[in-house]
Amino acid sequence: MEYVSPEGLRLDGRRPKEVRQLKCELAVLHRADGSAYLEMGNTKVLATVYGPHEVSQRSQSLHDRALVHCEYSMATFSTGERRRRPKGDRRSVELSLVIRQSMEAAILTHLLPRTQIDIYVQVLQADGGTRAACINAATLALADAGVPMRDLVASCAAGYLNGTPLLDLNYVEDSAGGPDLTVALLPKAEKVTLLQMDSKLPLDTFEAVLGLAMDGCKAIAAHMRQALLEHTRKQAVVRGPVRL
Amino acid sequence: MYQQKQFFKKTRGGKILKVHREHYLRDDIVCGSLACTTCAHGDSTVLSSEAAQYLLIDTNVALHQMDLLENAAIADVIVPEVVLSEVQARNKAIHGRLRLLVADKSRRFFVFSNEHHKDTFVKTEKGEIVNDRNDRAIRRATTWYQSHLAGKTPDVLLLTNDADNARRARDEGAAAQTVYAYVQSRTDKPELLDFVARTGDTGGEAAGPSAEGDAGPQAKRRMLYAEHKGMAELTAGLQKGLFHQGKLRVNRFNCFEAYVGSQSVGKEILIQGREDLNRAVDGDVVAVELLPPEQWKGPEGGIFREHDEEEEGVAENAEEGAGLAPEIAEDAPGAALENLDIGKEGGRVPTGRVVGIIKRNWRNYAGSLEPMKGPGGSGAMAHPLFVSVDRRVPKIRIQTRQLANLADKRIIVAIDKWDRTSRYPEGHYIKTLGDIGDRATESELLLMENDINTRPFSQAVLNCLPPLPWSVSDADVAKPWRADLRNLRVCSVDPIGCRDIDDALHCTALPNGNFEIGVHIADVTNFVHPETPLDLEAADRGTSVYLVERRIDMLPKPLTEDICSLRADVDRLAFSVIWEMTPSADIVKSHYTKSIIRSSAALSYPEAQARMDDPHMSDPLTEDLRNLNRLAKIMRQRRTERGALTLASPEVKFEIDTETHNPLDVGMYQIREANQMIEEYMLLANVSVAEKILKHFPSCSLLRRHPVPTPQMFEPLLRTAAAVGIELDVGSSKALADSLDRAQGSDPYFNKLIRILATRCMTQAVYFCSGELSPPEYHHYGLASPLYTHFTSPIRRYADVVVHRLLAAALNLTPLPERTRDKKSMHDLSDGLNYRHRNAQMAGRASVELHTLIFFKDRAVDAEARIVKVRSNGFIVFVPKYGIEGPVYLTKKPDKGAGPDPNDDFVVDEEHQTITSKDKRQTYKVLDTVTVHIEVQEPQPHRPKLILTLASDSKEQDGFA
Repeated sequence: MEYVSPEGLRLDGRRPKEVRQLKCELAVLHRADGSAYLEMGNTKVLATVYGPHEVSQRSQSLHDRALVHCEYSMATFSTGERRRRPKGDRRSVELSLVIRQSMEAAILTHLLPRTQIDIYVQVLQADGGTRAACINAATLALADAGVPMRDLVASCAAGYLNGTPLLDLNYVEDSAGGPDLTVALLPKAEKVTLLQMDSKLPLDTFEAVLGLAMDGCKAIAAHMRQALLEHTRKQAVVRGPVRL
Repeated sequence: MYQQKQFFKKTRGGKILKVHREHYLRDDIVCGSLACTTCAHGDSTVLSSEAAQYLLIDTNVALHQMDLLENAAIADVIVPEVVLSEVQARNKAIHGRLRLLVADKSRRFFVFSNEHHKDTFVKTEKGEIVNDRNDRAIRRATTWYQSHLAGKTPDVLLLTNDADNARRARDEGAAAQTVYAYVQSRTDKPELLDFVARTGDTGGEAAGPSAEGDAGPQAKRRMLYAEHKGMAELTAGLQKGLFHQGKLRVNRFNCFEAYVGSQSVGKEILIQGREDLNRAVDGDVVAVELLPPEQWKGPEGGIFREHDEEEEGVAENAEEGAGLAPEIAEDAPGAALENLDIGKEGGRVPTGRVVGIIKRNWRNYAGSLEPMKGPGGSGAMAHPLFVSVDRRVPKIRIQTRQLANLADKRIIVAIDKWDRTSRYPEGHYIKTLGDIGDRATESELLLMENDINTRPFSQAVLNCLPPLPWSVSDADVAKPWRADLRNLRVCSVDPIGCRDIDDALHCTALPNGNFEIGVHIADVTNFVHPETPLDLEAADRGTSVYLVERRIDMLPKPLTEDICSLRADVDRLAFSVIWEMTPSADIVKSHYTKSIIRSSAALSYPEAQARMDDPHMSDPLTEDLRNLNRLAKIMRQRRTERGALTLASPEVKFEIDTETHNPLDVGMYQIREANQMIEEYMLLANVSVAEKILKHFPSCSLLRRHPVPTPQMFEPLLRTAAAVGIELDVGSSKALADSLDRAQGSDPYFNKLIRILATRCMTQAVYFCSGELSPPEYHHYGLASPLYTHFTSPIRRYADVVVHRLLAAALNLTPLPERTRDKKSMHDLSDGLNYRHRNAQMAGRASVELHTLIFFKDRAVDAEARIVKVRSNGFIVFVPKYGIEGPVYLTKKPDKGAGPDPNDDFVVDEEHQTITSKDKRQTYKVLDTVTVHIEVQEPQPHRPKLILTLASDSKEQDGFA
């Protein structure tokens, strides 16, 4: 199958180094402490954050830092086939862990000892790159909740099909069976907080694909920062002028 | 960048899914015209600013008029993306050809991504069907070009054969024409008209010429064939079990008899007659409906037709007899029929008729025009019938304005359509090969029939070659992994006149009494790098093809004959396998390295043999050869003990006139000890390399296997052997080898003949990717080796190139190319190589047949022949001296449908394989020696064939053959 035409267009009309259209909205749910809704093309994700609050199970409380708890779930209607998805299946446990780990790397947990931060991420519509979208949405929700962080974590996937590195694979490209590399990055420090890959790649190609994914992360980070600034500005307008 | 979303509904496994995909529209898509001032110009900007007009084609034009588009007179063509993707979905082959045209910058074909352009994207309207929407998209692209290039010289012309589409385009203000009208307007190139395919939807203007050709106006025509059922009906019928699906294989000797191998019936379905075949052509995937059992038939022609292919040739009348010379015993429908043992049920087999065609397998056919009555004045349109050299293909009606030119030429023709009203399919002329009967033309034809690429190498391929003259550079020597073996005494042994020497040997006696033996193979992968145009071309060609008088190379000549060829007294790069062997030929250790060698002698087989046999010669090189030979004999002995088969093939060698390339003499190819010696080391190298690469790459090694023949395949051999009182054990390759050794007859050739017959029972050895099969299936039956691959001829086989890369990667010299790591692409590659390999063999045999025919054209000879098969009205003989096999008729040819002649003079005893005359005066038994008279006759114009008759007692039976 031809995923990149000789004219240099992918199946959906993007060029190899383009990400899908990105849309984000903050503070979409008012009961939560922080929430964000994020679209990467047709992948749509909702993230909510509760906390920092008292640790619900005392025994789990950590005396020197905050406890981060993450739950990932996929809506029954998120894929073409409606399927009831049990909580705690292997995939969602793994994804919860992955999201928690990359968030823990960004949150300044030592500033919030003996507290708990809950992150709930729900996939509303899946079209490839859910992992990256979940991480991005979680970052925005944390930022909305005002949790102190080193940087916004940004995440993006990249793949390698028809001898071309491709950025931000959608579902069709993802199911081609080629390598799929998901990277999460602290863009300012250029520190990788997550790196996962299915399938295998020769080392030199891997570096090219990794480089592309990191560039993608940075572009997404810039976009998210912009959205965050705009959201803050709007809130400032609502609250009235702030004098510093 | 804009975004749009589309909603599709799609079924997968019966379920209805709502598929939702993004579709991005862009503003950076260029028009590709050099005349344009607003779009950015780049590499893909190919449309000339001097062109009179740009042609924008629609899907049907691309699908049906490919031969016209491929003509160099057609240039500056815009192919909208929607057309390209429709073509891809409907015909892969055409899509490939279109892509090649686009890639060829000199042809100036431009792909316009209309589906992603913000101004040319059209949304499906409510209730609109896909075809209408795509037509609208094509029209939108045309009008967009028109306004985009407004005021500049070239304007855009939409080529479409759909009258309605053309009218709508004109309504929308775009210029549109049918292909026929456009070609007629090209007065500069009147010959283009021949290339216009006559398709169903020619519309308005183009319908004229095809109607006047045949039997008058459309309305009055009689329907000759039943209607083909639609795809939906076929699918439903197949699911219910009413119809059976399978690939149609037409009898080689009778194009109105065909078989469909159907899984749902589990047997071959016979289809007989023009009406029941219902316009299906050999290779089509068809849907068949079974006739009621009382209408079932036996294969045409009564009792003696129930077997094999050659006797069909005996039984059929001259018109439908064998082609040029004895046919190749493979893939004839009769063989499969025999395996299935259908003939036993009172001669009746499941019989059916074609109700629909699932997939057409039309290709280009080579042949000649049937002589036509009446003057074919130059320039006037004529509609002659075309007769393919492939007997399985029906006659094709074409239209041409150059009948006088084509009458005595070999031409190539494609089928366009086959209406219910026309007896023959309609097609169009593609090109002329040359004069009929001309040796070069006929060679070209057999290459084409076997799908062999004879085009010269493209510039892009030649650019990959190292600069000439090439020699080993210091940089090559300095590489730490390249061993300098120039001090070794290396020599090569090849057939006389061989210029592509890809293997050389050395043998050094070691102080400890052992021998160091090296096999050095040309280091082709040092020059052919993965994914370069050179590599892709070689992968596509797959193998060099050896015809009697010429060679079609896989790699360009400088590589084949100079840079890679391990010639004497020059430094060459090699890939070496070096063993240490004890004097009893046990391998102590083996070692693989890239190397530099300097061959001290390029010997031929007779030369090497003469050196070894001459007791006066005792120079070091001769001693090396003797040592090599001694060890080779031990290895050969051991291999035979393991159960390797020694088979024989009736290979012949022509002596060719250097000037005219006509054959001067023909004789059996002599096999010497030296041949066997070289073969032994090549086998050893191949096996060693196979083990090495499989160890490192268990899932993606390219290996070669030879499947065990099924017991049925041995049946003809066993029957023959039993008739002459020999018992053969085919239980295992070892048992077969032993019993073949025991099969000694009255004369020395007897054993060889049995071996030739045994060879025919074998399956083909094939390439495969190791990840696809389990290790027990890797077995090579003929060589009795658990592992085998091809490593030793990278100049002429692409498989060896891949194996070289695998070995280099196993030694950590170069990374394994991506395509070699991928199981899917390795699967495709091995399929392709098997196809090319088989075709190369077929072409080689066809070339031998052709030259046999030319050789006997002006001379009739008597020669000794052996009977290999007995049939009811004659027998098949094999002439060892010339390698000819063919039928000898003893009885008159039967009238069609009349069954066996009651006055038949001969009685056949199938069990004992004998044929006896009624008066008991003459008896012929299988494997008997007879003398035959060989000469060429031309029972039909342009169809010369070799006729064999009994020489000594031919006067006693009048009127046969």
